[in-house]
Amino acid sequence: MTTLSPARLTREFPTRYRLEAARCAACGEVMVPPRLVCPACGTREAETITLNPEGEVLTYTVIHVAGSAFKHQVPYILAVVALDGGGTVTCELADLVDEAPAIGMRVRLEFRRIQEDGEAGVIAYGHKAVPA
Amino acid sequence: MREVAIIGVGINDWGELWDLSLRTVWAQAALAALSDAGVDHVDSVTVGCMSGGLFVGQEHVGALLADELGIAGVPATRVESACASGGAALRTGFAEVASGLADIVLVTGVEKMTDCSGDEATAALATAADQETEVFFGATFPGLYAMMARAHMAKHGTTREQLAAVAVKNHHNGTLNPHAQFRREVTIEGVMGSTMVAEPLTILDCSPITDGAAAVVLADLETARRLAHGRPIVKVSGVGFATDRMALHNRKDIASLEAVQAAAQKAFAMAGRKPSDVKVAEVHDCFTIAEIMAVEALGFCPQGEGGKFTEAGCTDLGGPIPVNASGGLKAKGHPVGATGVAQAVEIATQLRGEAGARQVEGARIGLTQNMGGTGASGIVHILEVAS
Repeated sequence: MTTLSPARLTREFPTRYRLEAARCAACGEVMVPPRLVCPACGTREAETITLNPEGEVLTYTVIHVAGSAFKHQVPYILAVVALDGGGTVTCELADLVDEAPAIGMRVRLEFRRIQEDGEAGVIAYGHKAVPA
Repeated sequence: MREVAIIGVGINDWGELWDLSLRTVWAQAALAALSDAGVDHVDSVTVGCMSGGLFVGQEHVGALLADELGIAGVPATRVESACASGGAALRTGFAEVASGLADIVLVTGVEKMTDCSGDEATAALATAADQETEVFFGATFPGLYAMMARAHMAKHGTTREQLAAVAVKNHHNGTLNPHAQFRREVTIEGVMGSTMVAEPLTILDCSPITDGAAAVVLADLETARRLAHGRPIVKVSGVGFATDRMALHNRKDIASLEAVQAAAQKAFAMAGRKPSDVKVAEVHDCFTIAEIMAVEALGFCPQGEGGKFTEAGCTDLGGPIPVNASGGLKAKGHPVGATGVAQAVEIATQLRGEAGARQVEGARIGLTQNMGGTGASGIVHILEVAS
């Protein structure tokens, strides 16, 4: 089972490449990626928005034992980031040099290579958080 | 709705069962439960199994296993809610008996996890999280629970030692359970010093990869009384199931388990009981932090105090509310689809007074809490001795 088939990756491009999301027309809930119905209020109307890439670390871990696609990267930091304009994402926290990760740390999402399907396979891109 | 009782229980010896196939592992537990119940037929079979497809390349396990037991002809189906598949299978069986659709149901759970590589098993388990928004970006299952642990420590002051105390307790209980995968003690220092998996969780904070199965036979109360032969009758008096947002990052509070709380409230309301009535509980300690958050969500202690509650010995055998007398997922093992059913096997065994060295004396009301993913599925059952 690969999760990196071209069709599967391509349909995620809007959110992973351009940070596209949806904002509920009624309650303002931000949906990442967009969906047909708001999980907060049930409204079926939403506008397409671009996420504000700035945000704050809600929680994090340092992963030492990874799945096969991420083994070469261990140890790496994984975080939950709440974005300033709404929406919350899970992604890697990268580019920390002397700084230790911390809850409340200010970060910004950047476009990065996430994983690849073998040496000659598809390369999958998305976002990682870096110190703001 | 008819009242429903557990009239038979069965479990096999859990571990890395390299000489046994999925079907044989399952049949051992199923046959044990049928013998224990003393029945020669069932009307229906449910199978809690997270992923026959990913672990052994086998789907359609309902028909496969009914055939294996020589009872082809009965309705038999797999029920799936990730790590809560067993609890979901129990609830499905309960609904069949309560509604009158069936009189006797064989509720089972099974997982055969060591036929594939460690990497494949890790990938299979990760399918319980959101593939597109969590796993794609590098999340592992222990990693997600580690982030819950970190949030709980920051919000409530839970300590690393308190997490380790869960493993120490459950490994101790496991030494008293002949079916447990791990029957050895561990220490606080040993847990904290073991191989790091996802900070702050080490390998001894994590439940293992396990082959195993469990089964219970359910019947309506009238049938149960007819077959009791003087043994205590264990009723399923409360059933609660709730879901939460799938991805951890979409939860209202990363440091609590809302689906478990909601499921517990439903189950307690149905049974007409409250948390303090429960005298023995099996909870879903897939990671040490999960047990701390579960005892809070179940109302055994206030929100945020699960760490202190555990450290103080309140959940020890002999404490006010013994939790995971069986050794829990931590020491007994965690064949994912089997776990929810095995919890009911343990509580029914406790309520019958047949738990041997780990018996909680005088327990007449018990609870099981099974959980899928990082808490997106929460299932609670309340069991009690029928008067």
